[in-house]
Amino acid sequence: MKLLGRLNWDALPLDQPIPMIASAAVAMGILAVLAWVVIRGHFPYVWREWLTSVDHKRIGVMYTLLAMVMLLRGFSDALMMRSQQALAFHSQGYLPPQHYDQVFSAHGTIMIFFVAMPFMIGLMNFVVPLQLGVRDVAFPTLNSVSFWLTATGALLVNLSLGIGEFARTGWLPYPPLSELTYSPGVGVDYYLWSVQISGVGTLLTGINFVTTILKLRAPGMGYLRMPMFCWTSLAASLLIVAAFPILTATLAMLTLDRYLGFHFFTNEAGGNMMMFMNLIWAWGHPEVYILILPAFGIFSEVVSTFSGKPLFGYRSMVIATMAICLLSFMVWLHHFFTMGAGADVNAVFGVMSMIIAVPTGVKVFNWLFTLFGGRVRFEPPLLWAIGFMITFVIGGMTGVLLAVPPADFLLHNSLFLVAHFHNVIIGGVLFGAFAGYEYWFPKAFGFRLHAGLGKAAFWCWLVGFYLAFMPLYVAGLEGMTRRMQHYDVAAWRPWLLIAAGGAAVILAGIVCQIAELWVSIMRREPLRDVTGDPWDGRSLEWSTASPPPAFNFAVMPEVRGQDAYWAVKQQARAQARPPSEPEYESIETPRNSPTGFVCAFFATVLGFALIWHIWWMAIAGLVGAWATFVAFAWRDRVENVLPAEDVARIDRRNRQARSAAPAVLAP
Amino acid sequence: MTAAHAAGSNSLASGPASKRVYVGYGFWIFILSDMVMFSAFFAAFAVLADATAGGPGGRQLFNLTNVAWETACLLLSSFACGMASIAAASRNVLWFHLAMAVTFVLGAAFLGLELKEFAGLAADGAGPQRSAFLSAFFTLVGCHGLHITAGLLWLLTMMAQVVAKGFRADILRRILCFTLFWHALDIIWVAIFTVVYLMEKIP
Repeated sequence: MKLLGRLNWDALPLDQPIPMIASAAVAMGILAVLAWVVIRGHFPYVWREWLTSVDHKRIGVMYTLLAMVMLLRGFSDALMMRSQQALAFHSQGYLPPQHYDQVFSAHGTIMIFFVAMPFMIGLMNFVVPLQLGVRDVAFPTLNSVSFWLTATGALLVNLSLGIGEFARTGWLPYPPLSELTYSPGVGVDYYLWSVQISGVGTLLTGINFVTTILKLRAPGMGYLRMPMFCWTSLAASLLIVAAFPILTATLAMLTLDRYLGFHFFTNEAGGNMMMFMNLIWAWGHPEVYILILPAFGIFSEVVSTFSGKPLFGYRSMVIATMAICLLSFMVWLHHFFTMGAGADVNAVFGVMSMIIAVPTGVKVFNWLFTLFGGRVRFEPPLLWAIGFMITFVIGGMTGVLLAVPPADFLLHNSLFLVAHFHNVIIGGVLFGAFAGYEYWFPKAFGFRLHAGLGKAAFWCWLVGFYLAFMPLYVAGLEGMTRRMQHYDVAAWRPWLLIAAGGAAVILAGIVCQIAELWVSIMRREPLRDVTGDPWDGRSLEWSTASPPPAFNFAVMPEVRGQDAYWAVKQQARAQARPPSEPEYESIETPRNSPTGFVCAFFATVLGFALIWHIWWMAIAGLVGAWATFVAFAWRDRVENVLPAEDVARIDRRNRQARSAAPAVLAP
Repeated sequence: MTAAHAAGSNSLASGPASKRVYVGYGFWIFILSDMVMFSAFFAAFAVLADATAGGPGGRQLFNLTNVAWETACLLLSSFACGMASIAAASRNVLWFHLAMAVTFVLGAAFLGLELKEFAGLAADGAGPQRSAFLSAFFTLVGCHGLHITAGLLWLLTMMAQVVAKGFRADILRRILCFTLFWHALDIIWVAIFTVVYLMEKIP
């Protein structure tokens, strides 16, 4: 037995310049940031206030940051694919097949698991407790564990760039291709362990948020007074709790096939690979709603705030959300109509897929009617929302086309499908994430983002999106299948060239976003939000300071109706004075804990060891993770107490700034 | 509180639930998610039940006497676990440890019987690599066994925590979660007993 399992010098891709240069750049980047933090003496602050933080706001910011960094990685994969297909007409292009296959697998895996998921969960983390009027989530330390396990998964995926290889199976590792016989390398193992570990983190997040939303709300915050984003977060969390265990089980089965010679999905000994398709999509379809439902919530908040109106049809919105939540478990088979389940089964799932479009349509009309007759302010968050409405409806219609089984037999696995799901995921989830980022950034950091650059980024993304993906619909209708490393059909070429141009326009959008962040940080003084309510908001997160104090609310808000903070502001306007000062009490806040970080360290060791079959290291990782939990269980002090006079001092400053601002007292 | 106020709100109008309530609630949600995971393994077992690839099926392999003893051990350990939670509720250290020790012994006996069954199957050439049916069987039953193992480890740390910290509020909450976990494993075992052993043996 070798001490380092399968790991040796051959694992380094020294003969392949692209992954070598990319991984060297990533490693240098990480080292540079670390060196800067340590040399400038920021490390104690970063450790105390961020890495070990159990504050939901800090964890939310770290999730979002992780998502944005991984977006750059996933997008560079996209650029490589678009440029490869632009070049690879009657030629091999510049990416050899085994590398190209890793690029599209990594692109999908990263974009779903390490961009879309952490972005949505990050916004949920930051916003939901504030909107519910409470001080934290139900299980703050568990929340930190969730985040760091997600970060572990992201780290493992990126390690595969420089050490070994990534899966060549697509973002869902379909057997038998992903079985040991056909994928003997470590690529699929990297996929399995990084997704498995981050999946555990996601599951814990789901449990945490279901408990928080159902059990921890400010006095008077009944279910039908919760902001829409809380409702959609609840629906997404319920879906996480019900769907992610299926993913865990399915990946465990594939892992057993690969590691111990089991026969769940193999070609021989009775294995059934179509069972993998069924199981993975029983998770996978709810997963797309886990991503899109929080985005629907964000759009609801944004549209209502920037129209200066309460959300139109709030109750129908709640019903639509919960209907989607339920129906999302009844459509999974439409991902493989070609399995051959028979016309009757396919018809049922086709009809179900069309039915699920109905509550989504209800939502679109509700947003439109919210805008109708409102005093609409075209700030960047609303631009993203309007861009979403148009784009998502197109994506939804192509989805309905795909839901017709006979049509699906022709369009299955074509670029039409690729265009469709990018249409809904970029136009829905990513636009939602960006809307939420623009909308809540001032709440998180105390200053707004530069509006001009934000609008420029929006237009680049919108135009770039249409240029990049509408041609793919055409190429798909012309018969081009997905994941082609090269091709020789002249009719496809122009469309792929346009798509590559679209990717370049999206790149310009990303550059605008980076510039927007940089310029806003540099000019933060003029962009400062002193009132805590920069957009004239309606829900409770705007009733506290920007950034909010660690305890969120000096006194727990008393909720008297929908749009809780709007009502408070209306009353203050009517009485021409701010609400009277409350009686302050001391506040208990959870103590920061390195448990999450240490646990993720051992999870990284465990995952890496399992990928490379280094068994002693795997045992060490497991024991370390268990010991971390026991040590955490042994602590005696769980909370810090902030005395009432400190709370009063912090809150008075906020109240002064707020009453000095014209928005509150304007008639 | 006015009538209008009451209409728009619910029983939680008084604000956040107490820690004891939401810790137990959150853990219960976790158990539900765990059951979803088991249901995926159950589904795989049901799909692959006839995929014996020419090898032995459940009827030839399973020994109901052994399974009856396993069931007895596990259900009795759950009873002892219930006793432990009553002892904890009345803050009786001696009875708590005694009941937890009995829970542990019975749980370990269950695990021993299960390992004996697994080893016997593997020795007869009916290991998990033999057929898809046996893969699904070992995974489903083994996953439950793995939960029992984790539960036994947790049980020992709970006893140690009570020794070191006494019946503090947070320790009591953890005891509540542990007993929920242990009883839930019983429910899953009853399903395994029925779906895997009885239905295979008596079709």
